[in-house]
Amino acid sequence: MTIRDRLSGNEAVAIAMKQINPDVMPAFPITPSTEIPQYFSQYVANGEVDTVFIPVESEHSAMSACIGSEGAGARTFTATSSCGLALMHEMLYVASSSRLPITLACVNRALTGPININNDHSDSMGSRDAGWIQIYSENNQEAYDNFIQAVKIAEHKDIMLPAMVCQDGFITSHAVENIELIEDAKVKAFVGEYEPEDFLLNPNSPIAIGPYDTASFYIEHKRQQAEAMIKVKEIALEVAAEFEKISGRKYGLFETYELEDADTALVIINSTAGTAKDAIDKLRAEGKKVGLLKIRLFRPFPREEIAEALKHIKAIAVMDKCEGFSAAGGPLFAEVRSALYDLNEKPMTVNYIYGLGGRDVRTTDIESVYSDLDTIVESGKAGDTYRYLGVRE
Amino acid sequence: MSKLTEIRWHGRGGQGAKTASLLLADAAFNTGQYVQGFPEYGPERMGAPITAYNRISDTKIRVHSNIYEPDFVVVVDETLLASIDVTAGLKKSGAIIINTPKTPDEVRKYLNGYEGSICTIDAVSISEKTLGKNFPNTPMLGAVVKVSGIMDPEQFLEDMKASFAHKFATKPQVIEGNVAALKMAMQEVKGI
Repeated sequence: MTIRDRLSGNEAVAIAMKQINPDVMPAFPITPSTEIPQYFSQYVANGEVDTVFIPVESEHSAMSACIGSEGAGARTFTATSSCGLALMHEMLYVASSSRLPITLACVNRALTGPININNDHSDSMGSRDAGWIQIYSENNQEAYDNFIQAVKIAEHKDIMLPAMVCQDGFITSHAVENIELIEDAKVKAFVGEYEPEDFLLNPNSPIAIGPYDTASFYIEHKRQQAEAMIKVKEIALEVAAEFEKISGRKYGLFETYELEDADTALVIINSTAGTAKDAIDKLRAEGKKVGLLKIRLFRPFPREEIAEALKHIKAIAVMDKCEGFSAAGGPLFAEVRSALYDLNEKPMTVNYIYGLGGRDVRTTDIESVYSDLDTIVESGKAGDTYRYLGVRE
Repeated sequence: MSKLTEIRWHGRGGQGAKTASLLLADAAFNTGQYVQGFPEYGPERMGAPITAYNRISDTKIRVHSNIYEPDFVVVVDETLLASIDVTAGLKKSGAIIINTPKTPDEVRKYLNGYEGSICTIDAVSISEKTLGKNFPNTPMLGAVVKVSGIMDPEQFLEDMKASFAHKFATKPQVIEGNVAALKMAMQEVKGI
């Protein structure tokens, strides 16, 4: 029996954490993720979990404490946003290269300059090369489901990599919506105990974590880390299949919506995918063959599967809620277009930078992108591939 | 065809318009519906105009944008009428519900010729009578339920009694006042 409830995205993640009952949670508050450690510290105070909650003095320290505790053999969670994730940046690499499966709830928020507390994806996109698994979530339900699955993927003995589970700040983190929770015991049994093969507090098998690595071995260690990341796709699908058994909800590497017979398609991350689904239903009712591919796993990037899913599309708009300042398009665009390059028949592909700093995205905005794609299909020309949606001139 | 009701709340930071939108989401959730309750965040500060939203539907809600063409608008602080275009996009088939001691005719002039229903409720006085303090949220919630018809008023009252009993478990003395505030608001809202 699933438990029908209504929760904000932050509360949903905090409850996933409570159900799993990690050993350690170091955290420093930052909008809009603050509620996660806030709720969790209440669970600690109420004795609902036996986690050691470590209030630290910065996000750099939060991630450092995560590394220390996970290295010691303790299951460790944290949460952050925006500048907080940026301040962790140095330590993110230490966590992943030390093969420490920390799970982090990232509540996506714009990075400062100008100061802004609202949603876009510039924070987690800035961490995309840090060796962390990245899983994105459309709504509170997916944030909850993905967090539970991420712990199991990260801790798999063939993976042993940290994972961040992302959702849109405010748009889903602070929106109360319906959700179906899984019973505590089922979540606990699904995730299981954290049993690392090697850990610092194991007197029978002493190890060092984080020593200097010379040129004789560094590249081999990096290759091992990359091989673990390559393996994530397979494990993520295994974990998703198991998760479906306890939840009835199906997850893949990505989600497609009305994509099979579509002529034009959007590739989108997080909450705007829901808005796009409403726009698609409206356009489909008018006879337009439009579809959507919603990214779930961004790291690793499932390039063969995405190329296969998009190969029949005539024109694609890749939607980036992050300005990568490459002067050629955002980071998702670079990934998707690169994935399509190996196809013999390549769809025409353009990029839209949209929704930066919390700029609201309406169904009519999405409809305007499909309309632009129609123009591209009719003319046979992609035109300028680096575009902005809804920016005032 | 799904039945979707969209509501926009206007208030000032600290008055609890966000909380009211979450309470309404809770109440609608308890009647088995799909709900969204969310605030629009700006540079938060006490007294600044804020907006919050509700979507209530009999089918799953996927859209994640603000609400531009609401069915109902709720104004928790009447001083906003002079500075905010509260009826922007409001459907003619809907209604605006304003916290004011004035009558609907007296506030009409602030509403840019809005042709739909104008409802007023003296939430301050109801709150002071029933709760002894100015907490306009509870009476506003009662007025919205009455005007919008999004749920059965009797069932709503029963649900809210249970909800207050849970929420105020450590302050049982305020439960009765809150229930009285809801009932009085549902009786006294003008302009339906």
